[in-house]
Amino acid sequence: MADKQIVLKIKRQLNPEAKPYWEEFALPWRANMNVISCLMEIALKPVTRDGKATTPVVYDSNCLEEVCGSCAMLINGKAKMACSTLVDKMEQPIVLEPFSKFPVVRDLAVDRSVLFENLKAVKAWVPIDGTYDLGAGPRMEAAEQEKAYPLSRCISCCCCMEVCPQFNESTGFVGAATISQVRLFNTHPTGKVLKGERLAALMGDGGIQECGYAQNCVEICPKDIPLTTSISQVGGQVMKQAIGDLFRK
Amino acid sequence: MPSNPKIIVIGGGLAGLSAVIKIAEAGGHAELFSIVPVKRSHSVCAQGGINAAKNLKGEGDSTWQHFDDTAYGGDFLANQPPVKAMCDMAPGIIDLLDRMGVPFNRTPEGLLDFRRFGGTLFNRTAFAGATTGQQLLYALDEQVRRYEAEGKVKKYEQWEFLSAVLDGNRVCRGITAMDLRSMEVRVFPCDALIIATGGIGAIFGKSTNSVVCTGSAQSALYQQGAFYANGEFIQVHPTAIPGEDKLRLMSESARGEGGRVWVPKQQGDKRAPKSIPEAERWYFLEEWYPKYGNLVPRDVATRAIHKVVYENNLGIDGKPMVYLDLTHIDRKILDKKLEGILEIYEKFVGDDPRDVPMKIFPGMHYTMGGLWVDFGQATNIPGIYACGECDYSIHGANRLGANSLVSCIYGGFIAGPNAVKYATGLAPLADGQTYFDSEKKRQEEINGRLMSAQGNENPFAIWREMGDVMTENVTVIRYNKKLKAADAKVVELLERFRKINLSDRTQWANTTVVFARQLYNMLQLSRVIAQGAAMRDESRGAHYKPDFPERDDPNWLKTTKATFAADADEPRFEFEPVDVSLIPPRARRYDMAT
Repeated sequence: MADKQIVLKIKRQLNPEAKPYWEEFALPWRANMNVISCLMEIALKPVTRDGKATTPVVYDSNCLEEVCGSCAMLINGKAKMACSTLVDKMEQPIVLEPFSKFPVVRDLAVDRSVLFENLKAVKAWVPIDGTYDLGAGPRMEAAEQEKAYPLSRCISCCCCMEVCPQFNESTGFVGAATISQVRLFNTHPTGKVLKGERLAALMGDGGIQECGYAQNCVEICPKDIPLTTSISQVGGQVMKQAIGDLFRK
Repeated sequence: MPSNPKIIVIGGGLAGLSAVIKIAEAGGHAELFSIVPVKRSHSVCAQGGINAAKNLKGEGDSTWQHFDDTAYGGDFLANQPPVKAMCDMAPGIIDLLDRMGVPFNRTPEGLLDFRRFGGTLFNRTAFAGATTGQQLLYALDEQVRRYEAEGKVKKYEQWEFLSAVLDGNRVCRGITAMDLRSMEVRVFPCDALIIATGGIGAIFGKSTNSVVCTGSAQSALYQQGAFYANGEFIQVHPTAIPGEDKLRLMSESARGEGGRVWVPKQQGDKRAPKSIPEAERWYFLEEWYPKYGNLVPRDVATRAIHKVVYENNLGIDGKPMVYLDLTHIDRKILDKKLEGILEIYEKFVGDDPRDVPMKIFPGMHYTMGGLWVDFGQATNIPGIYACGECDYSIHGANRLGANSLVSCIYGGFIAGPNAVKYATGLAPLADGQTYFDSEKKRQEEINGRLMSAQGNENPFAIWREMGDVMTENVTVIRYNKKLKAADAKVVELLERFRKINLSDRTQWANTTVVFARQLYNMLQLSRVIAQGAAMRDESRGAHYKPDFPERDDPNWLKTTKATFAADADEPRFEFEPVDVSLIPPRARRYDMAT
C-alpha cells in the first residue's frame, strides 16, 4: 500500500479580487487521514501534482474536533467541516472549494462575520443585571435543559446558510442559525424578556418570512440541530406578534 | 489620569472574555484582540465540566475541601492564597454562569447536577453534557457581544498580538499587532494590557490543543522581560485519541460517569474486546489505586498507562493503546451526559463507544506553567496582567480535571478590575510616540527578514521536528541526559530557523509568515520547558524523573522563574519560595487515605 495516493483538487484564489484557479495535489496515503491533515501535508511540501512549486493552502481551522466551527468548506460540492471529513470515506479526487455565498478572503478561507452581526441584531444573549454575586439562576426542569442544550450546540459554521437557496444578496435572509438562537433565548426564563425585540428584528425584509422551507439546513447541520423546528416555532411567534402589533396600531 | 481607561485584552477564550466583561462593567473601555473570531477560541474544547463546591449532593463538600484537593493534586507547588480565593469564588461563578443561560444538566428537582472528576472523592463538577467549555464560552461571548453592541467593547478579530510597547521605564503603554488579512503591523496604545492567550500545545507538535495554542504571545513577552514560571510542568492527559493532525481529548468525565480503563491480561490478545471475559481483563487503575480507582489525577493515570504499555508490554495488539470502556453503562445515560465526546469518537474513529470500548493513549494537554503573576494577576512588567492557562498561578505541579474552566474565569475576574484600577492611577506618558515607532519598526523588520530570507528550511518541517523531540523527551518520563539533548536539538533548530525559506511571500492573508513568527517564539519557549525540567532534580506532580523518584521539599518546594537573557539568547533561572501558609505540605498518595 506504500504507493497509495490521495488526490486533491483545490480551488485557489489569492485575494478577494483575484480570479480563482485550480491546483491538483497528490499525497502519500496514510491511515486515518482527514482533510485537515492533507492540507497540513501540503504546507510541509507545497508542490502540485505536476511538480510545480506553490504556496501552502490558506484555510480557517482551530479545534480540529468539530466544536469551533472554523473549517467549513465545500468538499466534493457539499458543505462540510474539513476536520471531521475522513479521506477514506470520500470519493477521489477530493475537491475543495470555499463556501460560495460568503466573500472569499483567500483560497478556502471566507468571511462569515455576517452571522455574528446577525446575532447582535437579534440580541442573542440573556440580559443579566450584572456579574456580581446575585445567587442561583432560575430553576429549570431537566426536560427544559434537554430542549435548550441541542440548540446551544450551534458552532456558527454557517453550513446551514451556505446550502439555503434563500440565503443570497437579493433576499438578505438571516438564515437558520440565527433564527434557532432566537428560539433558544426566547425560551430561557430570563432571556425571554427580550422576546419582543428579537421577533421584531426577524420581521420584514431578510427576516424569517424569506424562508422557503427547502429544509436543506436541517439536513446539512453537522450538529443535528433541529433547525426547521426552530424556524416553524419562531415563525409562529413572529406571526402572533405581527398580528398583535396590527391590533395595537 | 484617564477617566475611561483603555484596557487591551489579548485572547477571547474564557479568561479573556471574563476580563473584558469585568472591565466593561467597571466603566473601562476594552479592546479585545484574537487570532480567531472569539467564539471559535480553544475554550470550546473543554468537555467534562467546571468545579465548584456547591455541596448539592449532601456529601459535606466545602470550598476548603476543594482548596485542599487542588493544592494536594498540584503536589503543593502552587502558592496557596490565590488557590483558596479561586475555590471560594467558584460557587458564585457557577451561579453567574447559570444566570447567563448555560444549559447545565439538571437533577430531577431542577437543580444543577454535579458529577465526580479526578483527584477528588466529591461530586463537585457542574456540566453541560460533555461540551461544557463550549457552553461556557458561548455564554460569555454573548455577554461580550451585548457590551459590543453598547459600544463598551471593540473587537479586533483575526489580529495577532506581536509584542508589548514598553516605555523608557519598562512600563507597558500599548501593543503591536498584525492584521492577519492585510498583514499590516499597527500599534495600539493602552493604559493596561491583559494576556489571556491560553495554552502552548503546538510546542509539542500534536496535542489536544487547538491550532492557535502556540504560546507565541507568552514567549514574546518573556523575550521582552516577563518572568515565565514553572514551565517544566506539562500535563499529559491520560485519555486522548491518537490522530494524524491532532490528539483528540476523551474527557475525564467518561471515567466520572463510570468508564473503566483496562487491557487484556494476555499479551497480544487478538480477541474483540467485548468477547474477553472479565477475569481476563486487567483494570490496573482500580487495582493499584483502590480508593480513587479510575479517577486518580491525570499525572498518576498517565504514568500508569505508560507503565502498562511500555514496561508490562500489554498495550492493545502490542500498540501504545489501552481501552476506555463505557459499554456497561446505560445508553440513555451516556447520551444525556456524554454525547458530545461520544460523537467525537464516532466521527473521528468510526466506532460507536456505546458498543465498543474506546482505544486511547495519553496526549499532551495543558501547561501548568506560564507567565509569572502576583496574587492580583499582575506580571512583573508594570501594566501587564495575565490570566487563564497562560498564567502559572493556580495548578501547581498538576491540574485537577474541571479546574481549568474555573481558573480561567477566576483569573479574568481578578485581572480585569485590577487592570482598571491600575490604569486609573497611571501617569500619562509625555512623549510616547518614539516608543511606538521603534517597536513597530522592530516588528516590521522581523516580517521583512522572514519574507526575504533565501535559505532552504521549511517552517512546518522545523515545527514537526521540534514537536517530536519535545514529546519524546520532555513529557511523561524525563531523564536529564535526554532533556539536555532535547535542548541542544532546539538550539540546532533555532540555527536552522535563520535559514528559513517561506514558500509564500505574498502580502495578503499569508499564514506561512504568521506561522514562522509563532514558530520562532515556540522554539524560544521550548528551551524554558526543557531546561527547567533538567534543573528540577525531583519528581513532583506531572514532572517525573526515574532517577529522582521522590518529591524533594527541602530543595525543590519552590517556583521556577525563567528570564530571557537577550545577550546570550537563552533563559536564565531563579527560584522563589512557595507560599504554603494555609495547608502544610503532606505526602501525595492516591493508593490510600492520607
